Amino acid sequence: MMKIAVLIKQVPGSESPLSIADSNVWLDEEKVAYIMNESDNYALEEALLLKEGTQDCEVVVVSLGPERVKKIIREGLAKGADRGMHLNINSNDVTDPLSIAKIFADALKSENFDLILSGLQSDDLGHGQTGIIIGELLKMSTGSLAVSTKLDGDQIAIKQEMEAGFFQNVRMSLPASITIQSGLNTPRYPSLKGIMGAKKKEIKTLDIDSSDQKLKISKLYLPSSSNEITMIDGSPDQIVENLVKVFKSEIKI
Amino acid sequence: MKEFGPDYYNITEMLTEEELLIQKTANDFVLNEFKPLVNEHYENGTFPKELIPKLGDLGFMGSSLPVEFGGSGVSNVAYGLILHELERGDSGLRSFASVQGALVMYPIYAYGSNDQKKKWLKLLGSGNKIGCFGLTESNFGSNPGSMLTRCKKDGDNWIINGSKMWITNGSIADIAIVWARDEEGLVRGFILEKGMEGFSASDIHGKLSLRCSITSELSFENVCVPDSSRLPNVEGLKGPLSCLTQARFGISWGMMGAATDCYQVALNYAKERKQFSKPIAAYQLTQSKLANMLTRITEGQLMAYQLAKLKDDERMNFLQVSMAKRNNCMIARDVAKTAREILGGNGITIDYSPIRHMANIESVFTYEGTHEMHTLILGEDITKISAFDN
Repeated sequence: MMKIAVLIKQVPGSESPLSIADSNVWLDEEKVAYIMNESDNYALEEALLLKEGTQDCEVVVVSLGPERVKKIIREGLAKGADRGMHLNINSNDVTDPLSIAKIFADALKSENFDLILSGLQSDDLGHGQTGIIIGELLKMSTGSLAVSTKLDGDQIAIKQEMEAGFFQNVRMSLPASITIQSGLNTPRYPSLKGIMGAKKKEIKTLDIDSSDQKLKISKLYLPSSSNEITMIDGSPDQIVENLVKVFKSEIKI
Repeated sequence: MKEFGPDYYNITEMLTEEELLIQKTANDFVLNEFKPLVNEHYENGTFPKELIPKLGDLGFMGSSLPVEFGGSGVSNVAYGLILHELERGDSGLRSFASVQGALVMYPIYAYGSNDQKKKWLKLLGSGNKIGCFGLTESNFGSNPGSMLTRCKKDGDNWIINGSKMWITNGSIADIAIVWARDEEGLVRGFILEKGMEGFSASDIHGKLSLRCSITSELSFENVCVPDSSRLPNVEGLKGPLSCLTQARFGISWGMMGAATDCYQVALNYAKERKQFSKPIAAYQLTQSKLANMLTRITEGQLMAYQLAKLKDDERMNFLQVSMAKRNNCMIARDVAKTAREILGGNGITIDYSPIRHMANIESVFTYEGTHEMHTLILGEDITKISAFDN
């Protein structure tokens, strides 16, 4: 059986009000509207498409975080994942990709997944490393920024997005951990039947000890706006002359 | 609720995780699939038929019916939330789903034979077949009991003659639930199929309300249907009226979706639109309007929510439905009008949804029991004196 894990993260929605908590290291959780990380949603859809094209395939959604992340695990189950794993952690303290990857690698190791899919980065912290480090820790093939995937026996072919509009076609052996670029498919809506059926699917909870961490957020703040505007007055000729001066000496074009 | 609009009295806390996800799904669907299309269809007077299979796949039609009968087995709160989101898009979309679920699937589910249920409900729930509901006639709206459409037994068949007016989905429907009076004066329900000889539908043009919805007239000229097409398990006016109770329940939720959209559009506009030195939201006149809108939306939400809880407990009665339909239509009507006021001149264009909702609500205010009839129904219950002939 082909086993696919999809790593999904719950992040503040782009339209959510963002107010900083009194601790100044995270958001005020009460006010945040959480959603499934955008590129993770594409990774989930990609996994479900692979499942539909493969005989005997299981998709498992895995999320790390406090109790609230069960909401997106259920959303994944409602869309068609077979079961869920909740890596239960009490705080938002663990923010460095290596520590997060170690937690995932430990939790996923015994499952022997053939494929791990995750979004290319999280919309809140945006490290863009977790999926790759997990692959390394589990001694899997790794690929990033996939814009298409195709299973072929014990291999997977992916098309990777490179800089400056270039693409690279890569073929690698399974097991593999691949990060998925947004936009490669059209994520489905969970149907009502799916939502009602998700209740019956298993969510395994593993309690995580969060003591190991290499990186801490020391201060979170909203960017302050500056009002440094210099008005250039005068006749058109004087304005042009002064503008050129600014371009040359201050902005250094 | 709170993710998608005002929830001043924390109804969100009372919703289950499934209900929240169902609302999110409906909201996403309307935002991504329907909203980009609505203005063009509204202007052209057409309905986006290509969305019907998607509505079916998602399970938005007859959702509260059991799975084996074409529904999705969701709670009435969830069903209400779906209609809330569909009507946030447009009354035409909500009306489509209401007719299919409450007026076509429900009567087959409640009064149909096993063969009829087996034949139709899954096809209707999945959107593969479309239905309509024929009760109202051109001269008989509030008093359907005086209908002129007749059915006459003829051996193993029935012969139907007459016509029906203001029929949502009429000309695009594969089947019609038609109510007709027999020779003894009993109202009976039939499932008529498109293409039956003597059965035709033509669209009503010139509507300036519910433009994103098909409205038709049905006519029956010696239409011959087998007795197996009759709904066997109901006789009398209570058949169609019980369907209307289902649909009116959904309207009480839908109206709050339309009102919420109007409120949000007006609020955003008021915060951004500057006149003189400050946004118009800073003026007391606008704040008074917003405070009234929010209060009335909250009132309507609570009524719709409690009505759904009563329905889930099977304790809801038709009088409570009359009150909620009447009240929430009036709220939505007032909120839409006030939203248009806040939008000023821009509010008369299709670029802002309130005037579209406002025009739609005029239909909803009058269909499924006029505001006046619901007033008299409540009046009768209060005084035990009927103001109209029963």
